[in-house]
Amino acid sequence: MPDVIRVENLRRTYRMGDVEVNALRGLEFAIPEGQMVAIMGPSGSGKSTLLNLLGCLDRPSAGRYFLGGEEVGRKSDDALADVRNRRIGFVFQNYNLLPQLTALENVELPLVYRGFGRAQRHKRAEDALAAVGLSDRRHHRPLELSGGQQQRVGVARALAGEPDVILADEPTGNLDSQSGEDVLRLFAQLHGSGRTIVIVTHDEEVALHTERIIHLRDGQVTSDEPVPESRRRSLGEVQGL
Amino acid sequence: MIGESVRMAWRSLMLGKLRAFLTMLGIIIGVGAVIALISIGQAATGSVTSQIQALGSNLITVTPLRGAGAVLYYPQDVTWLKQVVPQISADAPLMTGSVVSVYGSQNYSTTLMGTTPASLKIQGRSLAAGRYLIASDITYRRAVAVLGQTVVEQLFGVRSPIGQTITVNGTPLTVIGTLKSAGGGFGANQDDVILTPITTAEEILGTNQISSMIAGARSGAVAPLAVAQIEAVMTARFQNQNAAMVVSQDQILSTLSTITSTLTMMLGGIAGISLLVGGIGIMNIMLVTVAERTREIGLRKAIGARRGAILTQFLVESGILSLFGGAIGALLGSLGASIMATALGWSGGVDSSSIVLALAFSLVVGIVFGMWPAMRASRLDPIEALRQG
Repeated sequence: MPDVIRVENLRRTYRMGDVEVNALRGLEFAIPEGQMVAIMGPSGSGKSTLLNLLGCLDRPSAGRYFLGGEEVGRKSDDALADVRNRRIGFVFQNYNLLPQLTALENVELPLVYRGFGRAQRHKRAEDALAAVGLSDRRHHRPLELSGGQQQRVGVARALAGEPDVILADEPTGNLDSQSGEDVLRLFAQLHGSGRTIVIVTHDEEVALHTERIIHLRDGQVTSDEPVPESRRRSLGEVQGL
Repeated sequence: MIGESVRMAWRSLMLGKLRAFLTMLGIIIGVGAVIALISIGQAATGSVTSQIQALGSNLITVTPLRGAGAVLYYPQDVTWLKQVVPQISADAPLMTGSVVSVYGSQNYSTTLMGTTPASLKIQGRSLAAGRYLIASDITYRRAVAVLGQTVVEQLFGVRSPIGQTITVNGTPLTVIGTLKSAGGGFGANQDDVILTPITTAEEILGTNQISSMIAGARSGAVAPLAVAQIEAVMTARFQNQNAAMVVSQDQILSTLSTITSTLTMMLGGIAGISLLVGGIGIMNIMLVTVAERTREIGLRKAIGARRGAILTQFLVESGILSLFGGAIGALLGSLGASIMATALGWSGGVDSSSIVLALAFSLVVGIVFGMWPAMRASRLDPIEALRQG
């Protein structure tokens, strides 16, 4: 399998006044296509910085970042916006759905910025909503949906753009355990269909649903190991999918 | 993409209808005021113009310039003027003086104007009743008078004055006719006058000087030529540069039009300031909106909106606000202007060009004042923006 994500000596330095903070100190890892990975670490470990870099929301201070074989670490703002639009599907802890739009319209949003026509957007968004089992809620607004449903809409939005990788930031952090499990089950299913998924979390239970855990501490990788089968959590089929 | 922006902007505005309306209110009032004031100004200009035109468009007035060494005119100058200036078809003397007129127990201070039969047509007046002065009235110094409507009202009220005798500075005069009202004019009230034969006025006022001469140009086209000609011959006759101030009706008209259109523009400009204030209101609200929707902006950027897309989105929002406000304002302004025009009896509706101008201006206001907030939105760092809220 080719690598979807590859970072070489990835560094990120912030300047706070006269002090330089080394948030990331030379990371090296690669994520092959179809893998489901968890990135773990305590707060201050550089987790969020890494997420921002992997998500092309930020540029590395040094080192290289290849996404889908293309180096993206030196691109302009607008070029990075296009990379985010086409190659990355974000799933946020607090869903970040727009309250004035229906579920379907929220899912369509990335496709609007890709310049798709209305019919094409509808088709893709309908398919994505079907994949998360929310076809019957497509005309509901976010506030009319439960937290778990909102997060599934969020996942559908990430899927709609057919990205190279899905980047999830504490996707179950705001959910009760049942809804959280539903979302993890959804990820497992997407993984099963060949999607590359990166979950950033501090929750080991969540991380144990993946096949590989990268631990960060003080801006460095402290361990990068596959999750042994014996410890792997697996969930049954999602109800009603 | 722009259609999509309009749709999105509309959805966002519909989230806060009251706020959107209040924001538009500034533009509504601004555009409404501009349109109403400009329309009313134009209607007033039209009204003044038509009143002056009614006075006879070929009227030329010849007055000696006041001051030291001022020349004096006598009735024979009138006869002479018509002979030497071929561009005028008729002329008449005006001998004016303040008098007290008495009828029964009523008395009223007014202006006596001694003149000749030609003056009626030159001034574009017409009779309400009776007859005007005729040549023999002049020749025989008849004690007769033609009254303007103001004098009729003051001395006679609703009674008919024809055939009655009034006393003017002690001289009894028989009323032979009344003039139709010239309408509310500018400057002197054209209806507050008693006309008598020039010869009779000489006796009452005890002088044989005349105050001014009026002449009718043969046509509007030759009026400027007649003015120049009169100036030349008067200067030559009196050997004095200040012998005559010669003014044609056209000149008065264009002077007045200049004044009224300047006033109209000034009113429009003052109203335009309120449009500016409305624009600042839009900027204010858009800044608040951008601050409130920081997360939304962050999300849109995260899922791939370029700077330009965010800029467009917020510009379209402020553009919609101002354009809608402008449209409502134009509607209300036109309505106000036509109600006003109807109430004052002026003709003329709202100029479509001023509506187009006001709409275009309000759109420009929206985009100009929306630019800064939109730039702020487009420059937000998505990481910072997503962290908020």
